[in-house]
Amino acid sequence: MSEERTGAQIICEALLREGVDVVFGIPGGAIMPFYHALPEYPELRHILCRHEQGAGHAAEGYARASGRAGVCVATSGPGATNLVTPIADAWMDSTPIVAITGQVSSLALGKDAFQETDITGITVPITKHNYLVNDLSDLPQVFKEAFHIATTGRPGPVLIDVTKDAQQARVVPDWDVKVNLPGYRPTYTGNRRQIREAIQLLQNAEKPLIMAGNGVIWSGGHQELRALAERTGIPVITTLHGKGVFPEDHPLSIGMPGMHGWVHVNRAIQECDVLLNVGGRFDDRVTGKTSTFAPNAQVIHIDIDPSEIGKNIKTKVPIVGDAQIVLQTMVEEMPERTAGDWLAHIRSMQEKHQPRQRYLRRPDTAALMPHDVYDGLNMALQSRGACKVVTDVGQHQMWAAQLIDWMSPRTHITSGGAGTMGFSVPAALGAAVACPNETIWVICGDGGFQMTNQELATIKQEGLHNIKVAIINNGYLGMVRQWQELFENRRYSGTPLTGPDFALLAKAYGLPGIVVETVEQVDEAIKRAWDYDDSVVIDFRVEREANVFPIVPQGQSIADMLTEAPEPVSAS
Amino acid sequence: MKRTIVALMQDHPGVLHRVVSLFRRRAYNIDSLTVGTTETPGVSRMTIVVDGGDIEQVTKQLYRLIEVLKVSDVTNDPVVEREIALIKVHAPKAARAELVAMCTVFHAKTVDVGPNTMIVEVTGEPAQVDRFLDVIRPFGIKEMMRTGRISMIRGSQAHQAALEAPEDAPALALAG
Repeated sequence: MSEERTGAQIICEALLREGVDVVFGIPGGAIMPFYHALPEYPELRHILCRHEQGAGHAAEGYARASGRAGVCVATSGPGATNLVTPIADAWMDSTPIVAITGQVSSLALGKDAFQETDITGITVPITKHNYLVNDLSDLPQVFKEAFHIATTGRPGPVLIDVTKDAQQARVVPDWDVKVNLPGYRPTYTGNRRQIREAIQLLQNAEKPLIMAGNGVIWSGGHQELRALAERTGIPVITTLHGKGVFPEDHPLSIGMPGMHGWVHVNRAIQECDVLLNVGGRFDDRVTGKTSTFAPNAQVIHIDIDPSEIGKNIKTKVPIVGDAQIVLQTMVEEMPERTAGDWLAHIRSMQEKHQPRQRYLRRPDTAALMPHDVYDGLNMALQSRGACKVVTDVGQHQMWAAQLIDWMSPRTHITSGGAGTMGFSVPAALGAAVACPNETIWVICGDGGFQMTNQELATIKQEGLHNIKVAIINNGYLGMVRQWQELFENRRYSGTPLTGPDFALLAKAYGLPGIVVETVEQVDEAIKRAWDYDDSVVIDFRVEREANVFPIVPQGQSIADMLTEAPEPVSAS
Repeated sequence: MKRTIVALMQDHPGVLHRVVSLFRRRAYNIDSLTVGTTETPGVSRMTIVVDGGDIEQVTKQLYRLIEVLKVSDVTNDPVVEREIALIKVHAPKAARAELVAMCTVFHAKTVDVGPNTMIVEVTGEPAQVDRFLDVIRPFGIKEMMRTGRISMIRGSQAHQAALEAPEDAPALALAG
């Protein structure tokens, strides 16, 4: 171990020491020394992506599917700036990734050298931390810290920018390094007095609710969440990123809140007297107009990031801590109680406000409705098991959240906070590498698909057989079109979209493509794709102007939901 | 309203950028910012005066920065505050006696004398520096620079931070 190593070799060995088995990347001038060393470490798999954004999203997909840090690699300049979108995405959604970028030689730093970009400067507001390394002796310490920071506390992206000369020079690495970050000490256990106060509030509540988010998934606290719900009979809401943390066939599961949440869920929030938010950050897509959100509720907020508590919603009891640990304490100390009339009341609201959208079909056609596709997908997903779903951003994403029954953590992977179109195909690539024995379904729109579909070539080159892409193809940037229809008098500015023949495109990438145009073809196509021994693309050509309902118009109260278009096309 | 924040951080390259970036993001204007070394080698101290609303949120977000060790809003605390100003004043021979007299009143020092100018140095509470500037402005200020304030809470309470993490600091990895 006391032999000299190049900086590039030290990076490879540091990655292996952190348990990394795969990196997603693209080589280029400033990262060439790393790529030169890479073949010496065959246990470190490299997946060559077609665009650095794809490499970044693949690292995210890997992280979200596996619970471990994902790693992406790019060169300096444009390679590094192409990582900015996935890094911002990981920042917004608290996804642990470590991005390694090559940098020009230290002597050229700041001199506008070829492919020089100040990537540490650029990523300051969108990383949990970042490093510029130009002394290779620092590499063992920096990599140990970077993985520690990315994966502990509230997870997030960390970027390490390494100058080319630091990768090339040689030194005897000192692996005897300890993480010493005096300014970084996340609180895990939660304040006992505040936990007792929370229990007291919940105990005396008549209409309590639990809202579970992403933090519960990352803390591994889904069993504790279920135990608390079952012990107390408190109904559970799951946010978009909380999907799967609480099984949706559970009698206490009531659904998703917010802009495209169910009416009964938002009404329940408006009526509840105590709201326990665990691991969610009261995003504006959840709260609508904050001044009118949950007007009768005393809010308890459990979050490992103190800066999230009280940021958007006034909080009665703040609890800084790890969701799993705090929930476990609550389970141990909370007396049993039952749901009583409150749950029955929510269920009766649900009866009254069943979404009618799936029955909205144009009167003059028998067009394939998106909801027919989701019915087929949901049936297949529930019966097959061992699968994950990666969605993109837009209408298809909200339909997936609404119409698929999410049963277990890490089965629903999407871009939430940043809303990054083009996320799904590369993120599925990462998930497929992390979980080779599972089937990874992509559900995406024809708009998002075309932003990153070149990663189909990566999927083919890597021989990944477990990715099945379902394009909900409506020939529009559908969510924007829906807003234009509902709020801008159908001025479809910039939203009509002419795609290629996606089945032919798949074929060009060497993958089978299936076209589905009628309801009758849905189940068969899903079955064929699932059973086919390669990755597959299905082009579901659906009704062009189907809408996502309910919807809370942006900036309005979640009490004011539109459950159908002001002039519904038909309701037969 | 003006708020005064005192923050301790690791003395690393780029840490000033990270701190300032947070204020910039919220579009808060920084009135003054001073950075310097402290009693602990490797720890820098900043006094930041901002004109802004929700300082509590920014303070919490400052803690998210890995290198930030401790942050306090001392706006309402009893503090000693000091600021230094260097002022180059128009000072022909005829005006010098009166100028020096004014300096004496404000305990300002004359630190340089040129053919037609003097540089004076004044140290004090920011309000006192303001008053001194008002008084000497009629002489003609050719150039002026203020350091921005530094603040320290009165009494024995100390604003310190250690660089070594305590042994019992939890280090919990992801549950996965």
